[in-house]
Amino acid sequence: MPTSPAEPPAAPYDVAVVGAGPAGLAAAATAADAGLTVALVDDGPRPGGQYYRHPAPGLGARRPQALHHGWPAFVGLLGRLRAHRAGGRVRHLTERQVWTVQEAHDHPGRWTLHTAPTVPPQAAPRPGEPTTGEAPHETVRAHRLVLATGTYERQLPFPGWTLPGVVGAGGAQAMVKSGLVLPGRSVVVAGSGPLLLAVAATLSAAGARVPRVLEAGGYLSYAHRPGPLLRNPGKIAEGARHAAALARRRVRLSTRTAVVRAHGTDRVTGVTVARLDEDWRPVPGTEQHLPCDALAVGHGLVPQLELALELGCQTRTAPDGTPAVMVDAALRTSVAGVWAAGETTGVGGAPLALREGELAAREIAAAARGASAAGWTTAGLRARVARLRAFADLMAEVHRPGPGWTGWLREDTEICRCEEVDAAAVRAAADTYGATDTRTVKLLTRAGMGWCQGRMCGPAVSCLAAGSGRAPVSADRRPLARPVPLARLARLPEPAPPRPDEHT
Amino acid sequence: MKQTVDVIVIGAGIVGAACAYYAARAGLTVAVVDRAGPVAGTTGAGEGNLLVSDKSPGPELDLALLSTGLWRDLAAQLPQGIEYEAKGGVVVAADETQWAALRSAAARQAAAGVTTREVPAQRLRDLEPHLAPGLAGAVHYPQDAQVQPALAASRLLHAAIGSGAVLHPGEPVTQVVVTPRGRIDGVRTPRRELRSPAVVNAAGPWSARIAELAGTTLPVMPRRGFVLVTEPLPRVVRHKVYAAAYLADVTSDSAALHTSPVIEGTPAGPVLIGSSRERTGFDRSLSTAALRRMALDATALFPVLAEVSVLRAYHGFRPYLPDHLPAIGPDPRVPGLHHACGHEGAGIGLAPGTGLLLAQALRGEEPAVDLAPFRPDRFPTPSPPA
Repeated sequence: MPTSPAEPPAAPYDVAVVGAGPAGLAAAATAADAGLTVALVDDGPRPGGQYYRHPAPGLGARRPQALHHGWPAFVGLLGRLRAHRAGGRVRHLTERQVWTVQEAHDHPGRWTLHTAPTVPPQAAPRPGEPTTGEAPHETVRAHRLVLATGTYERQLPFPGWTLPGVVGAGGAQAMVKSGLVLPGRSVVVAGSGPLLLAVAATLSAAGARVPRVLEAGGYLSYAHRPGPLLRNPGKIAEGARHAAALARRRVRLSTRTAVVRAHGTDRVTGVTVARLDEDWRPVPGTEQHLPCDALAVGHGLVPQLELALELGCQTRTAPDGTPAVMVDAALRTSVAGVWAAGETTGVGGAPLALREGELAAREIAAAARGASAAGWTTAGLRARVARLRAFADLMAEVHRPGPGWTGWLREDTEICRCEEVDAAAVRAAADTYGATDTRTVKLLTRAGMGWCQGRMCGPAVSCLAAGSGRAPVSADRRPLARPVPLARLARLPEPAPPRPDEHT
Repeated sequence: MKQTVDVIVIGAGIVGAACAYYAARAGLTVAVVDRAGPVAGTTGAGEGNLLVSDKSPGPELDLALLSTGLWRDLAAQLPQGIEYEAKGGVVVAADETQWAALRSAAARQAAAGVTTREVPAQRLRDLEPHLAPGLAGAVHYPQDAQVQPALAASRLLHAAIGSGAVLHPGEPVTQVVVTPRGRIDGVRTPRRELRSPAVVNAAGPWSARIAELAGTTLPVMPRRGFVLVTEPLPRVVRHKVYAAAYLADVTSDSAALHTSPVIEGTPAGPVLIGSSRERTGFDRSLSTAALRRMALDATALFPVLAEVSVLRAYHGFRPYLPDHLPAIGPDPRVPGLHHACGHEGAGIGLAPGTGLLLAQALRGEEPAVDLAPFRPDRFPTPSPPA
């Protein structure tokens, strides 16, 4: 039942949406359109997430849309969001991270989101007493939950990947979109996945030279499965647009090719590239040197599932080897009262995320009102989502790392940068002690124990431990989704004493 | 596939590893079976406490003193590091009442062979510069030490393998085979049948299930604990520091949530914050109640930690027996069955002593410490359901 915005702020929201990227924004705006009250929690200062990144107002960018496709859709969402915020239906909590979600013991089906301010990791700890009493918005309560928690980039290490000037492909794009800063003047783009073409287009549009785009997979593989392509003509057009943009700027795309080493002392000065066989093993004798002053590299995206996993949502291994939350046609997870949308359900791109956000919100509105009273059907939207998902799965399969990529590692190649653990140490843990999972490798080597909590090294550790470069990225439970200051934990509300009629 | 060995150890945690190590070095052929991999259970969630300070005079302290010496030897003998640190423990008293109780407890421990040093309030900060003001006093226990438990267990296991032991990870024991005359004959896993006249139950909090498979009972229950791990810091906590209140919590029988601060730095930089204990079965959900109390406790003892970020929280299940003593040695009810489990929160510390005593029992030698208090059949047999 929708509650009126005039109720005291302590009343639970109808919906809490975690993440303000395309899926979260669409979910929040659609839910509010339907008359529900919404808390939208996001770690960024401005809506848009990783996809609709845009410069801070102080930078004075006049045409951020020049770097974006689908900008009008975003502007439309922002307008709706603004109106709903003014109307009191949406509360947008910016720069806050949800570190855990709990179901209330006394109110099954009611969620409590515990949040903390987004703290830059480099912030130095300073002494101080914990204050008592919670700050505003430290906890958010809601009847229904939408997880739209987005992704991080999959990195596969190679010798030299820790050199300054080697940046994530998504990171390079974010630098340009939000800071209008280029990672270098001559930027090689490498890795795998459709993001590479977009990154190369963004970089060259912003004035960088992109000597080569190196795709480890083979785009020809798409042709083996024409069905999903034909049913998604928009995707062909999107690919063609990137390809045309790159051709105009004379950027060369090589498939089945990878950077196997970055060179330089203080900074990257060039890379060695090699052809890959079908299994992604570097083919000896095909090495070539490419000079550059930056390398943007990434192997697709990995859904961020900490909250979903801690809530107990069932997952699947997507065709790209990454874990994704399992959802039904209405985007319900296996946990009652929890929906998921966007990359959380499997990497599929912004157009799919926008529709999934909208679909989740419409399904929630229907559930909140009783389906018969809804008066609108979600059948058409469900069909569109299913069609786009089929294409996403095809794409995911094409770009899944092959079993042989570990062939470009050397024994001394650093795998975990935070804790400085090399490939030899990870392999030794697997071979000597039978550590075949990321948790045991972590315990024996410290790989994954640092600031990034395994986001950077996790996919590679999974592969080395399993002895195959094709091993799925493991979905490790992490009770704290984000780092939390001790003082924040100390301010948690005291749990209510059990009610007398309860058997404990 | 059938193989015959002198002893089968069920469990590749720290206790199973120590049993395998001492048995293999005593010349026995050993097979270690674990349903997951090494350190997959309680050991991987432990802090690595090697404590004498939290034990009253009696059988557990005797075992702890034996183990303390063995850990020192192991730290020198094991070829690769186990992050052994003879850092010492500091038990702090919040007020005069606690201080008096702590001093008399320390005097009794000293009489039993523990090294203790009283630290008056005004000298506390020489020992631990960041302790909160206003504490009544402390006792310093130089014998308390620490290891990184996963490293320690895996190095022990590796050394055991070097002495001929064989590890079968990823194989749950589906059957404990007993002869028609009631003697242990081996175990079955989905992949193999192992024959042996001796089986060691070192399955930690899952030991009750193994006892059941062998046709007997052992009332081991899980007692959940959380550990918080902070971001890496310069050394702000020098010793293993805990509050005198911890001593009462360890021996409490209550199922409800208890917390008491146990705080220490690690060689890698993060500060570890314990401890909570509650009997919730194998519930893996995060307890914000436990987090809150632990954060309050820790920042009360070390206010400097308030703005420090907790990077991770993890939980483990301590294998708990009703009288807080482990079960070590042969089980007279099932000849050939041995137990090495139920160490609660002290398993890392007590592992080498346990392993040594068990190896002695397996070879029919006189044990270095009297095993009578650790008899596995000391609990009343539960009456069959009506």
